[in-house]
Amino acid sequence: MSTQTLIYLFVGLSFALYIGIAIWSRAGSTKEFYVAGGGVNPVVNGMATAADWMSAASFISMAGLIAFLGYDASVYLMGWTGGYVLLALLLAPYLRKFGQFTVPDFIGTRYYSKAARVVAVICLIFISFTYIAGQMRGVGIVFSRFLDVSIFWGVIIGMGIVFIYAVLGGMKGITYTQVAQYCVLIFAYMVPAFFLSFMITGNPIPQIGLGSEVNDGSGLYVLQKLDLVLTDLGFAPYTDGSKSMIDVFCITLALMVGTAGLPHVIVRFFTVPKASDARKSAFWALLFIAILYTTAPAVGAFARLNFVDTVNQTAYEDAPAWFGNWEGNDLIAWVDKNQDGVMQYSAGTAFEGTPVFTEERGASGERLLANAPNSENTNEVYVDRDIMVLANPEIGNLPGWVIALVAAGGLAAALSTAAGLLLVISSSVSHDLLKSTFRPDISEKGELLAARLAASAAIVVAGYLGIYPPGWVAEVVAFAFGLAASSLFPAIFMGIFTKSMNKEGAIAGMVSGLFFTFAYIFYFKLANPAANVAENWLLGISPEGIGVVGMVLNFAVAIAVSKMTASPPVEVRKLVDSIRVPRGAASAHVH
Amino acid sequence: MENEQKGQETRAEDGETSAAENAYWHENVRLLVVLMIIWFIASFGCGILLRDWLDQFSIAGYPLGFWFAQQGSIYVFMALILFYVLRMRKIERKYDLDD
Repeated sequence: MSTQTLIYLFVGLSFALYIGIAIWSRAGSTKEFYVAGGGVNPVVNGMATAADWMSAASFISMAGLIAFLGYDASVYLMGWTGGYVLLALLLAPYLRKFGQFTVPDFIGTRYYSKAARVVAVICLIFISFTYIAGQMRGVGIVFSRFLDVSIFWGVIIGMGIVFIYAVLGGMKGITYTQVAQYCVLIFAYMVPAFFLSFMITGNPIPQIGLGSEVNDGSGLYVLQKLDLVLTDLGFAPYTDGSKSMIDVFCITLALMVGTAGLPHVIVRFFTVPKASDARKSAFWALLFIAILYTTAPAVGAFARLNFVDTVNQTAYEDAPAWFGNWEGNDLIAWVDKNQDGVMQYSAGTAFEGTPVFTEERGASGERLLANAPNSENTNEVYVDRDIMVLANPEIGNLPGWVIALVAAGGLAAALSTAAGLLLVISSSVSHDLLKSTFRPDISEKGELLAARLAASAAIVVAGYLGIYPPGWVAEVVAFAFGLAASSLFPAIFMGIFTKSMNKEGAIAGMVSGLFFTFAYIFYFKLANPAANVAENWLLGISPEGIGVVGMVLNFAVAIAVSKMTASPPVEVRKLVDSIRVPRGAASAHVH
Repeated sequence: MENEQKGQETRAEDGETSAAENAYWHENVRLLVVLMIIWFIASFGCGILLRDWLDQFSIAGYPLGFWFAQQGSIYVFMALILFYVLRMRKIERKYDLDD
């Protein structure tokens, strides 16, 4: 069977599986739609959380980031896992004991204020939409490369699939499809990793392979060889970073706290039966995530070695097929600066910006570019970091079914995260805005219908953002974390750990944290990108890490304002007392 | 912390928080502080602040600081949550507050 047939088969089978699960697990009540009925087994929920959490960015982009950033990429590895410690220890069990449906539910009730609830809804919608646009884009990329359909139709098909199981099944449908999607994506990630690790080091376990010797007889460890090869080509050594220590520190912390404050992750812990199950579930979630996250550094390092080996000093005519395939998708480009027909790969950019291809072909058959070559260095190769994981099986000459598996895995990662995000958007509209704020007399049936309509509308908006990504989407996706860290996390944390925090303090804190972080990112990323250099940054902290300052500001403003205003009423203190003890969570769910 | 404890005791008179609940909460907070310190040392300490110094040692082919940043910290995170799950189960049974 040809590779293309296998891809259709694998993707088709996985889609059939998701739709089958969706029909089997339709939601009949708002409780099933919002929190899957609240009876999900902690291990199952852990697996669903892992799929929910690991997006197209984790599956497709992260190993590529590591491959090209080396040590600096540690911020993502620590940042996107360390947040689960904060969740398990500081938030999840208490939010589960509180036992409602959404994050704004908690903030609105704990701070006895509709205004606080609406501020939380605004933060949530803003965070979730910036995040979801990137997922739809990931779906589009996978479709256009592997299924030979345009990005437009790729996104439409992806929207159709998510529509079926998110709108029909709600949280219940999403939970069980996410379990299936986790299995598909982790299998698809690990199989090529085992192959690559075995090829390069002779040890199939990637976590061990990365610490082993390269089996080319040189006696060098993988990381030593990588440092050597890269410095030869003029790059910085792989195991050294180029970011300043304070920046690495702040980005890591912003990602950790942001992870703990992301609504679509928190809401997964509302679906387990008991408070103690929320802790267990966080452990399982991190375990399932760690399988991929400890493999990614190995995949990144192997991919970089393989890429240099295959491309550098190879004549374009002898380049492997994948090079031409990805060139055809605009993600690889080659300019023959010295006209020798051989690809020279080294440090520096081959040309300014992203490639703009002309219709013509060059002397060796390569696609010609409108970009002016950069004459300051000898690098001739442009490569989009995002292709590393997707191209890995081809670069490593792995069999066709592995390539097909990776295509299905990439789609599973993007779809599962998109569905989780759509759900929190729709429940914040139907539950927090309609039911709890503007139309309290709405019936159960009406609320369920509103939730489905909101999910449908959100899918259409997300799809539009995926097909016509505004320039700012790519720039701000990573900042969803900064915004979550500076707005939602402090409000939830203080809501549990202090009884004296009142509504005035919490609202002032959320607004000032969000506003400060947003303004800083907006200024450096959109309004004045030319000024986005370390000399201009506050305390040397880049926009990626500024959420930490926003968080500190949030805490400071909240505490100062709460000292000057009336302390919260007795019922709220009672509420805090009750969420601090685990007993009683299960009974709160019987109805 | 002292003030808050006093506040809880006064309200305990109208039956809001029992002595067991107070003791449970304080034991929980103490455990949290210890675990959060380990969390900080494993990631920010070994993976970032002390990385250059730790890189003089190595674990197999990994420089030690690099290993903490890309592998070790994640293993420590898992161990921390697992320990917390098990320890809290004990503490909850001790105060008869388990769910």
